[in-house]
Parts: sequence; C-alpha cells; structure tokens
Amino acid sequence: MYELLHDLLGDSLLVYVIGAALPLLFVLPFAVVAVLLEMKVSAHMQDRVAYMYTGWHGVLQPVADILKLLQKEDTVPAAADKFLFRLAPFLVFMGGYAGFAALPFSSAYIGSNIDLGVFYILAVSSLAVIGLMMSGWASNNKWSLFGAMRSVAQIISYEIPSALSILVAVMIVGSLNLQEVSKFQEGGIQNWIVFGGPMPLLQKLLLLPFTITAFFILFLAGIAEVNRTPFDLPEAESELVQGYNTEYSGMKFAIFYLAEFANMFLVSGIVVSLYLGGWTSPFGDVMSGPIWSFFWFVAKGMFFVFLQVWIRWTLPRLRVDQLMYTSWKVLTPFLFVCIFAVGLILVL
Amino acid sequence: MDLFTIVFYFLAIITLGAGAVVVFSRNIIHAAFALLFAFFGVAGLYVLLMADFIAITQLMIYVGGILVLVLFGVMLTSQVLDVQMKSGTIQTFPAVLVVSALAGTLVGIFWSTPWKTTAAAPMEVTAAKIGEMLLTSYLLPFEIASVVLLAALIGAALIARREKNA
Amino acid sequence: MGIQLYLYLSAILFMIGVVGVIARRNAIIVFMSIELMLNSVNLTLVAFSAFLGDVTGQMLVFFVMTVAAAEAAIGLAIIISLFRNKQTVNLDEINILKW
Repeated sequence: MYELLHDLLGDSLLVYVIGAALPLLFVLPFAVVAVLLEMKVSAHMQDRVAYMYTGWHGVLQPVADILKLLQKEDTVPAAADKFLFRLAPFLVFMGGYAGFAALPFSSAYIGSNIDLGVFYILAVSSLAVIGLMMSGWASNNKWSLFGAMRSVAQIISYEIPSALSILVAVMIVGSLNLQEVSKFQEGGIQNWIVFGGPMPLLQKLLLLPFTITAFFILFLAGIAEVNRTPFDLPEAESELVQGYNTEYSGMKFAIFYLAEFANMFLVSGIVVSLYLGGWTSPFGDVMSGPIWSFFWFVAKGMFFVFLQVWIRWTLPRLRVDQLMYTSWKVLTPFLFVCIFAVGLILVL
Repeated sequence: MDLFTIVFYFLAIITLGAGAVVVFSRNIIHAAFALLFAFFGVAGLYVLLMADFIAITQLMIYVGGILVLVLFGVMLTSQVLDVQMKSGTIQTFPAVLVVSALAGTLVGIFWSTPWKTTAAAPMEVTAAKIGEMLLTSYLLPFEIASVVLLAALIGAALIARREKNA
Repeated sequence: MGIQLYLYLSAILFMIGVVGVIARRNAIIVFMSIELMLNSVNLTLVAFSAFLGDVTGQMLVFFVMTVAAAEAAIGLAIIISLFRNKQTVNLDEINILKW
C-alpha cells in the first residue's frame, strides 16, 4: 500500500498523512451503519420498528443525528478542568483508532505491516484508559468520576484474559503480525484457528477444545473492554446517569460514540483475524483475492458487531463483584490451562 | 532538515515540555496527565531509534500500568472533588545547586568523550532477537525478574490492604 | 544525526527529574520524577544500543521497565498506606523518625 503511495507522491509527509487517514474512510461510514444497526436490531428484538420517517425504513436517521449533533451547543461545565475536558474525547478516540493501523483489512492492505501487530494494539488501547480517566476527572462530577474509575478497573482486569487468549492463537501461529496470522489460516474454513488451524488431524483434534475456549473468552473479554452490556457498568444509567460522558454534549459526545463504535469493530477485527481466518475465504480458493478478502473481513467483522448488539439486548448487566469474579476467578484460570495445554500439544 | 530530524525535535519538545509540567506544575493531576505525554514522547524516540519492541513495551508498561497506578494514587491521596489539588515546593536552593553540578559534569563528559559509533545496518527484528536472548544468555535475570514481580505483587497487596482491626 | 543529541536530551530529562525529586513536597510528584529519571536512562541505553548495533542495551531497558513496574506498585502502596495513617503525603510533614 505504501509503495503505491510512494510511487504516486514521492517521499513526503503527505504519504504518511494519507496512510494514517485511510482507516478513517472505513471507520466513519462504519459508525453510521453501526448506529442504524444498533437501533434497528434492538427495536426488532423488542418488537418495535424504530425509525421509519427519514428515508426508506429510516435509513437516513444516523445522518440526521450527526447533523443534529454538529449543530448542538458545545457546553463545558463551569467547574470543569477546561483543558483536560477538551482533550479527553480525542485521547479516547485515538486509543481505538490507532489500533486500526495493525488490522489487516485485506490480503493487499494493512496499515502498518509491523511484526508486533497484536501487541501494538494491546498497548495503544491503554491510551483510551487514560482518556477515560481524564474525562471522568475533568468533568468534576461524581457520576463521571465513578464511571471512569469503574471503567478503568474493568478494562485493566479484562486486559489479562484478552491478552492471554490472544497468546493462545499467537502460540499456534508463531507470529504477532495479524497479516501473517491471517495468511496462516488460508485454505478454507477447516483451517481457521478456532477449528485447530492447519495442523495434522490428531493435533487438530487435540487443539480443538482449547482453541474454542480461548476464542469465546477473547470475545467476552473484548466486549468487556469496550464497556458494552452485560459489562456496561461504567455507563449504568440507573446508577451513574451516563458514566464518564455525562457532562459531554455536541461533537465531543459524538466523538465518544465514534470511539465506542470504532472499538467495537476493532475487537471484532482482532477476534476475526486471530481465530476466524481474518480475510481468508471460508471456501478455500473460491472467492479469494484482494477485493474478496476485504469483503470477507468486513463481513465477518460486521457479524461480530451484530453479535455484540444482540448480546446487549439479551443479557442483563452484571454486578461489580460478579464482573471481577468472572475476570479473575473464571476466565484467567481457564486460559492458563489453555495456554499450558496448547504449548504441550504444539511441542509433542 | 529532513523528516527524521523534524520528528526528533518534535518528540524532544513534547518529552521535555511534558517533563517540565510534571515537575513544575502546581496541580498534581495536571502533573500526572503530563506524564502521559512524556512517556509517549520517549516511546516515539524509541521508534526513531528502531527499537520497536521497547517502544511498544514502554506504552504497555508505563502508560497502561504505571501511569494508571499513579493516577489512582493521586485520586486516593487527595481531596479529589471541589478542592484544588495544590502542592508546594521546598529546598529550591539545594535543588539548583545539585542540578547545576550535575549538568556541568554531564556536559563536560559529553564534550570530551569521543563517542564510538558503528554504522551498523539497522536492526530489523528486535523483538525476535530480544526473545532469543531472554531465553538463552539472559535466562537467569529473566526468571529473577518474574520472582521480583511476584514479590512486588504480594507486597503491594499486603501494604495497601486496610487492616481489619484498625 | 549523532548520538550526542540523544545524550543531551536524556541529560536534560534526567535533570528535570532531579529537580522534582529534591524540590517538590508531594510524595507522588517525587515518585513521578523518579519515573522520568528512569525514562531518561532508558533512552540513553536505547540510543547506545541503536548506534552500536547491539541489542543488549534494549535488553537492559526491558529489565529496568520490569523493576520500574514493581517499584510503582510497591511505592504507591506505601504512599497510600502512609496517607491512611497520617492524612498527608507531603514529605516535610512525615518526620517521626527525625529528631
């Protein structure tokens, strides 16, 4: 990708700026679609119809929402720490967006083909943690602060299961680069790492229970890291109004939302790349190639975004102690067993 | 100036500016958040030096771990809401004295030493090399580091825990 | 670009940290200044490692970071229990052992 840009524009700052802005071309339309998806899916699950007036079945409603948010007054509380209050939404979005650089969208496109792909994504997502704390503190509102504290505690606790379950797939492939991980799983649905990867049959069958466990835990921990129901304690509206973004309005609030949707897709993208073949086609060589691979990646990613919406409108919220119990006493020990077993099977 | 130099000076200004805010700001929370930018600037400098693994580890450990701990520390030891968190300065004179002595020594050394550098090929995959060394020639320090971390974990939990009958 | 630039940069960062350690009252700011000093030392190590083409420097940085993480956990635990017992984290008010 960068070679092409280099050929077109020469070696200049512009190349890097365009390269950095490319995933935005995906994230912004995705956010619009995701807002609609969230509303429509939730409505149909509750036997409602949601928006019907703007456009056919209300498909233009997200656009109208964005126009409304753009015009809204941008309020800053009088007692807030003004500078940090303004900075926080951008940090939160940056943490999510920076991760897209290492996500392989297609066999021909990955933002930055670094060797430490997944590790990088894990590291930059910690920026969002700081952003959340900043927004909670700068708002000078106790609900915001409680929401931010809960959010940070939750994200840090669930970073451990998600890192460990990423490790399971990384051990099987032997690379942290998500592009390599995707390539490893080429050749059809039976080669995906959830189903044991492209190993000899016996090894595959031995790996199968552990990879499936790790896959489910990664998805669960991912939902927890983006603070969605059943793990949406930071935004528990019955206790904390709206959590850390209580005081935000207008575009800053929109940026928090954008960050949440970007994170939803990022989590889905990681799950898909590591366990479900990434951009590879489920039918082997049929329907493969750069364009199809982009289609497969986005289709799989969107399926997991849909799954997150589905879970949100199905399960009730956990209590704080249940949340911590799940992370430390259930998911983490299970993953230790998984890592140990997978290591043993790979050595044998 | 090429892009490399511009980026270097940009990161240097971020790092030093944020470091100055950490030390000289009167508001503790501002100091803690400025630390984020200092860590970030240093991570950027690591990238410029082709140490990608160290740069990402820096983000992971310092920003994701230590900074969050510091922020929790600040919020637990101060009146967070309503009251302004101020902090004063003491011993200004000894500080100036020590720093000027230190600065003189360091600049003198930098000036007089003929630094040896090899125009070696840029190290491509540092993570693989570091991993290899960790499990061969540096295996003992690596294992000791894990024991240190375990001890720190238990110790921190023990010290910070509220005593039951106190 | 020579190694001196990196050395000067980390020297300045180190001295900022020294000022913080000596001149500030708040224990947490002293603590943050120590982190700054550790960072400047790490920067020097990585710079030497890059200019000598040897990974050993980065190795050392890795261990420094490990110890820094341990130190952060213990240090903040001490500061918090200190605050719990004395309701202050100002270093000049913590003087029971002084006489």
